[in-house]
Amino acid sequence: MNTHRTPQEQPDSFAFDSASEAEIVTVLAKYPEERKASAVMPLLYIAQRQMGRETGSAWVPVAAMDEIARRLEMAAIRVYEVASFYTMFNTKPVGRYHLQVCTTTPCWLRGSDDVVAACKRATGIAGFGETSADGQFTLTQVECLGACSNAPILQVDDDFYEDMDGPRTVALIDALRKGERPPAGPTINRCGSAPEGGRKTLMDSVHSISENK
Amino acid sequence: MVRVIVDGTPVDVPAGFSALQACEAAGKEIPRFCYHERLSVAGNCRMCLVQVVRAPKPVASCGFPVSEGMEILTDTEMVRRARRAVMEFLLINHPLDCPICDQGGECDLQDQAYGYGTGVSRYHEPKRAVTDKDLGPLVKTVMTRCIQCTRCVRFTTEVAGTPELGMVSRGENAEITTYVEKALTSELSGNLIDICPVGALTAKPSAFHARSWEYKKTDSIDVMDAVGTNIQIQARGGEVMRIVPRVNDEVNEEWLSDKGRFSVDGLKRRRLDRPWVRVHGKLMQASWQEAFVSLARRLDGVSGYQIGAIAGDLCDAESLCALKDLMTSLGSPNLDCRQDNAWYDLSAREGYLFNSGILGIEEADALLLVGTHPRHEAPVLNARIRKRFLDSGRGRFPIAMIGHPLTDPTYPAELLGDGPEVLEKLLDGSHPFAETLQTAKRPMIIIGHGALTRPDASAIYDACKKLAIQTGAIAEGWNGLNVLHTAASRVGALDLGFLPGTRGRNASGMLRGDVDVLWLLGADEFPVDKIEADTFVVYQGHHGDAAAARADIILPGAAYTEKPGTYVNTEGRVQRSFRAVFPPGEAREDWRILRAFSEVIGKTLPYDTLDALRDRMAEVNPIFRQIGAVAQPITQIEGQGVSAPSVPAVSAAQEEGLAASAFRPVMQDYYQTNPISRASPTMADCSRVYGPVRAVAAE
Repeated sequence: MNTHRTPQEQPDSFAFDSASEAEIVTVLAKYPEERKASAVMPLLYIAQRQMGRETGSAWVPVAAMDEIARRLEMAAIRVYEVASFYTMFNTKPVGRYHLQVCTTTPCWLRGSDDVVAACKRATGIAGFGETSADGQFTLTQVECLGACSNAPILQVDDDFYEDMDGPRTVALIDALRKGERPPAGPTINRCGSAPEGGRKTLMDSVHSISENK
Repeated sequence: MVRVIVDGTPVDVPAGFSALQACEAAGKEIPRFCYHERLSVAGNCRMCLVQVVRAPKPVASCGFPVSEGMEILTDTEMVRRARRAVMEFLLINHPLDCPICDQGGECDLQDQAYGYGTGVSRYHEPKRAVTDKDLGPLVKTVMTRCIQCTRCVRFTTEVAGTPELGMVSRGENAEITTYVEKALTSELSGNLIDICPVGALTAKPSAFHARSWEYKKTDSIDVMDAVGTNIQIQARGGEVMRIVPRVNDEVNEEWLSDKGRFSVDGLKRRRLDRPWVRVHGKLMQASWQEAFVSLARRLDGVSGYQIGAIAGDLCDAESLCALKDLMTSLGSPNLDCRQDNAWYDLSAREGYLFNSGILGIEEADALLLVGTHPRHEAPVLNARIRKRFLDSGRGRFPIAMIGHPLTDPTYPAELLGDGPEVLEKLLDGSHPFAETLQTAKRPMIIIGHGALTRPDASAIYDACKKLAIQTGAIAEGWNGLNVLHTAASRVGALDLGFLPGTRGRNASGMLRGDVDVLWLLGADEFPVDKIEADTFVVYQGHHGDAAAARADIILPGAAYTEKPGTYVNTEGRVQRSFRAVFPPGEAREDWRILRAFSEVIGKTLPYDTLDALRDRMAEVNPIFRQIGAVAQPITQIEGQGVSAPSVPAVSAAQEEGLAASAFRPVMQDYYQTNPISRASPTMADCSRVYGPVRAVAAE
């Protein structure tokens, strides 16, 4: 059954804190006054991050969406539509760490199944969309994150952990559980999306290429 | 104009037309689901695909603008195959529950599947199912049937002005919902049922009651407000099952208010189906003969000045004319159609009409609402104001209100003040909105009954008129000084001169006990306990509402669905309705009752047929000859009434100058304003859900 359910436990009210207010000022300055509804997505992010700061769960409650609608003078349903359309906005509470595994073809070919299995094993989560019993982790299946050269990808909140495999996933989760935040990026010996172990092509000098001709 | 060639036929269409409109102009029918001519173009159903010569692929004609020399092909193999493919996609998730679907027989998807459906499905996967939503007491949802055309989303956002429905989530998970479960707050929500091309949104009160092909359909006029919405009454087996709007671009476009649509179940409840006579303080059933004889006895020897008649809000002009003639033959000048004690400028017909016409709203470029909340008093007309607001673009149609609205008016309206004293500021130009009105080319002022039922109504009206003249709202070719009525019978009654004659009493005078015998023609909208205890009350009407309980004789009449009638709407448009069903039991058409009674007392009214009565109406006021149009007065009305306004009787209650008190809303509860809607369980449900809106406290 396809069903949208607004989570039962909704905070009664939501108010932007001073850090968020400062961000809102910068965002709103980008749009003309009569087109300020365009700021709906930045404001949803601001609200989501604030919830993360305040409650440890980065999600957008209905009260926050209503507040955004009021600020931007748009109908609340328009905000709900945007927030529910984009998977990056969480309309229900998530764990402290949001594990987002890409399972699209390149990542899948490079072993995303192992990453998913490792996530489940390390957190005790049974399936996608669920939160671990300790409330620390939520596991989500996401579509292509656009970093296919570094597949498979595990996105934790806003950070990409690249070139994952089962053991490294478990290690990452253990580190997160301890409150550590390992540096984002490739987890193997490579720089950015350059080849593993260093340069693989264009090793010869320009001179030797012309000689080969 | 742009010349396009549709299937080889050249047609000239205005630039800006879409390919679909051009095809329609060429007489080609294009299947569609999401496209609706009164809503914005969404282009998401893809059913309207056509082939444009030299275009690489089929184009969705609803959103494709025409250009000079464009060749459109609507019936090629490519088009047919494309539409079949679209239909196949739509049917992947659509349930095969047509036999139990209320939309069956009037379903766009069903009809078009006959043309483009493939008969067998190639899909073995489970169908998508979607949870139903609770949208309140009027609209029933079966969301699995939804094909996501978003017509309902666009209707609530654009026409109704209550953006509550939306499409949330995406792809396979997309669904139409209010997100946070709530009842739709629009007074036009019933129209969602009409615009939904499938059976996702259907009528809740009449769910599973009948099939669309079983109805006997009769054209009629809505009497729940004074807009004169064109409706079609659909009846089965002598029972009105439902009411749907008819298209009339000059009046209601194709919308109908919820009260007009859903009060139908009030038509078979609390009905007066036989005459009653009060004997020793107790109402007893009686035959027509007994009722007439006892009424004739009571009237015997009573002077005409001691007899009075008050007409209600739902009366047809025929019964008003007959009652007026009967009263005249009895020698009574005591007639009134204003049970709410409204004051009108009766010196000319313009004094009580919506002069610019409903169409005129689309030409206005500034609007001042005085003591009126059109969203409740005339929801369909309010949709027209909103349409004008949306069409004119941001800030080009400034709207201001005097008098606090009970709910959001559905367009931004500047609240100038709570009482009429603001008018003085507008008149002397000290208020900034005076400048707005002054610069507008076609300013419009709408005066509602929140203003006209006050003791200082004449002063308010005069101030508005002065303002109208001052700002050019009354000019050559434009009369923007409008009265918005709430009673369907009011303008017709005023046109017939159903008003106190020379030395006649007005409604409040009659209630005070200035008459011995009071004839109420469907009049219920006043506190019945105000009638003097020793007044003999005759109630002629169709519902056992407040006044019937007080009556000494009850003459059962016909409701608006049960008699052919003439109604004049707030803009002065004369429209006729036809009989859909017969009145229940012994009840009869009202003018026939009056005609029959006139014979009993030996003052036979000079008409035996409806046509003869209508000739008589046209004799009283020639506007009754101009059916369908906004009638123009030809001559002044003879005798009592409009040309001889009962100034003494009325102005006695009028105060000089503008009072400082705030305007009070005309109706506290939109859903229960007349005997029919009060008898309707559906309207009672609405009233419970939406609640009598309490006035918002001053901020």
